[in-house]
Amino acid sequence: MLPDQFLFGVEVMLNGLMAGVLYALVALGFVLIFKASGIFNYAQGVMALFGALTLVGIMDGQVPFAHLINSIFGTDVHHFGWHVPAFLSILLVMVVMVGLAWCVQHFIFRHLVGQEPIILFMATIGLAYFMEGFGDLMWNSEIKKLDIGIPQGGSMWIEEATSFLGGTNFYGFFIDKLEIVASLVAVVLVIVLVAFAQYTKEGRAMRAVADDHQAALSVGISLSFIWVLVWSLAGFVALVAGIMWGAKSGVQFSLSLIALKALPVLMLGGFTSIPGAIVGGLIVGVGEKIFEFLIGAPFLGGATENWFAYMLALVFLVFRPQGLFGEKIIERV
Amino acid sequence: MFYRESGDFSETYPADSQTFPIKFDRYRYYAVLVVAFLIIPFIVNDYWANAILVPFLIYAIAAIGLNILVGYCGQVSLGTGGFMAVGAYACYKLMTAFPDVSIMFHIFISGGITAAVVTLFGLPSLRIKGFYLAVATLAAQFFLVWLFNRVAWFYNYSASGQINAPDRAVFGHLVTGPNTDAWAKYMICLVFLTFAGIVARNLTRGSLGRKWSAIRDMDIAAEIIGVNPLSAKLSAFAISGFFIGISGALFFSVYLGAVEVGEAFGIQKSFLVLFMIIIGGLGSVFGSFAGAAFMVLLPVLLKNVLVGGLGWDTALAAHLEFIIVGALIIVFLIAEPHGLAQLWRVAKEKLRLWPFPH
Repeated sequence: MLPDQFLFGVEVMLNGLMAGVLYALVALGFVLIFKASGIFNYAQGVMALFGALTLVGIMDGQVPFAHLINSIFGTDVHHFGWHVPAFLSILLVMVVMVGLAWCVQHFIFRHLVGQEPIILFMATIGLAYFMEGFGDLMWNSEIKKLDIGIPQGGSMWIEEATSFLGGTNFYGFFIDKLEIVASLVAVVLVIVLVAFAQYTKEGRAMRAVADDHQAALSVGISLSFIWVLVWSLAGFVALVAGIMWGAKSGVQFSLSLIALKALPVLMLGGFTSIPGAIVGGLIVGVGEKIFEFLIGAPFLGGATENWFAYMLALVFLVFRPQGLFGEKIIERV
Repeated sequence: MFYRESGDFSETYPADSQTFPIKFDRYRYYAVLVVAFLIIPFIVNDYWANAILVPFLIYAIAAIGLNILVGYCGQVSLGTGGFMAVGAYACYKLMTAFPDVSIMFHIFISGGITAAVVTLFGLPSLRIKGFYLAVATLAAQFFLVWLFNRVAWFYNYSASGQINAPDRAVFGHLVTGPNTDAWAKYMICLVFLTFAGIVARNLTRGSLGRKWSAIRDMDIAAEIIGVNPLSAKLSAFAISGFFIGISGALFFSVYLGAVEVGEAFGIQKSFLVLFMIIIGGLGSVFGSFAGAAFMVLLPVLLKNVLVGGLGWDTALAAHLEFIIVGALIIVFLIAEPHGLAQLWRVAKEKLRLWPFPH
């Protein structure tokens, strides 16, 4: 028999871990692009939103740009009237994300090679604005339900299996099935990404580019191909993150704000480290839930999740400026 | 033809080191001041003041402040919205606590308070650099907004959680509150902007500005040639915070009148001001003005064309606005990464030689 308060704490921590997995998923997309091209991609969150919007749109057979078409031609179209199965739509959205990656590379970043990092960063903010408007224009901005058959709701099995731990007030750990699925998907995704980077020709080329652009160019690796590849991978990761968050809380504008949650994760883990993104995500997820549970809600009036991760990262960085796993910053005059 | 140094002899040292060494520039500057102070106040109406002029003046102050930090000293900050909120809430607390003191003092003091807060959040910049610092300033943004939302003392325990500007007058004319005349709003903002512009321009071309530039270009090298990074970085944070605080105070008290912190000073505001200085030109006072004008005018123009001109509904226009703003930013960065100020510089170089090509 353990005290209830302690068990609630453990439950909060478990839920934090699950949330942390989702943060890590978004942070992963950031790290991929930052390593390969030095671009700090603010649009990652909007990419997740765009992916999820497109998925819902294709599944429900919405007419793209219906609102615009109706305004110009005075028609009244909105649905094709068919439903595409989830698996097929995900494949289609992946094609869209690759197309998006190609467009981003060819229309924006090819023209900005060699610019300062701040300029590239601003360009991604511009891209974020553009895609936000474009996604809304294409699929309209209502809140949509995303249902691709992932189980949802608390897992009864875990609740019953763990209820013996506590006293009469404790009914077992409440853990959403969706979050368990999300964690499993994230683990699989990371394994696939690592395997891709380690064992395929393209993956090796990708790591070479991340290591040194010039050296990679000199052995005949096409930078523009690698950049399209990396943006596609990031788009794919964003799509997975978008599906998970979308299934959890509906596909809507606030989904793009998860990018802001991923930033402190990146700072903690280091901008250039994939394991850093995952560990950072878990630390932030657990940390903010525990802080809210122990200090935020009882003493500070709640909603501390908004800033806790940033403060944690800020304090942490003062002691270790490159993050947990980032490359050591060496500066020469 | 008219735009050149030749024939314009300076006979004293002050004349030699004046802000505008070219006579034409000098007269243009006086002409702009005359138009801004003596002509516009008499013809301005409510729509122009509220939709265009007042936001432009206030954002220009914020852009000058941020430009000092990002453009001159190279410390990227994404906390502008939160810092403006500090100015606004400081101004509100001062206005309600000391109703007899002139609001001009309140606005200056809220600038000072903001400077102190910004310096505090600037302390990590001594250890953290680049994007890590940019993200670290987001900590300030989210923390400050949360603080003003949660701690009731800041909004004087009002039930709505909003802050409302009481009526205050300068020289007998109301400048805050709902009954303010358009020209009074315009004038008070203009006075502060002129002050900010002159101070910023002179600071950035003096020794302090050179220290900032040295830090921006390479902080280790700057340290070796004798620039103290502690004082240079923190002075940039403090002075930038001072201007941003003034703009926040004006934004709340003169422009909006009533503020809900998450809405008025959210992260979007930070990005908006950052866009202004990037589009206008980093490291240029003129760029701050140009960028602020661009970002204020663009949505007004789009709205007039799309909703007023084509008759589309507002939701559609809002989406299109996002697309156009995003695309314009990207196009701008590709075409001229150094912003409108660089176009201006190129134009002036061309003018100097005109009509002869060499």
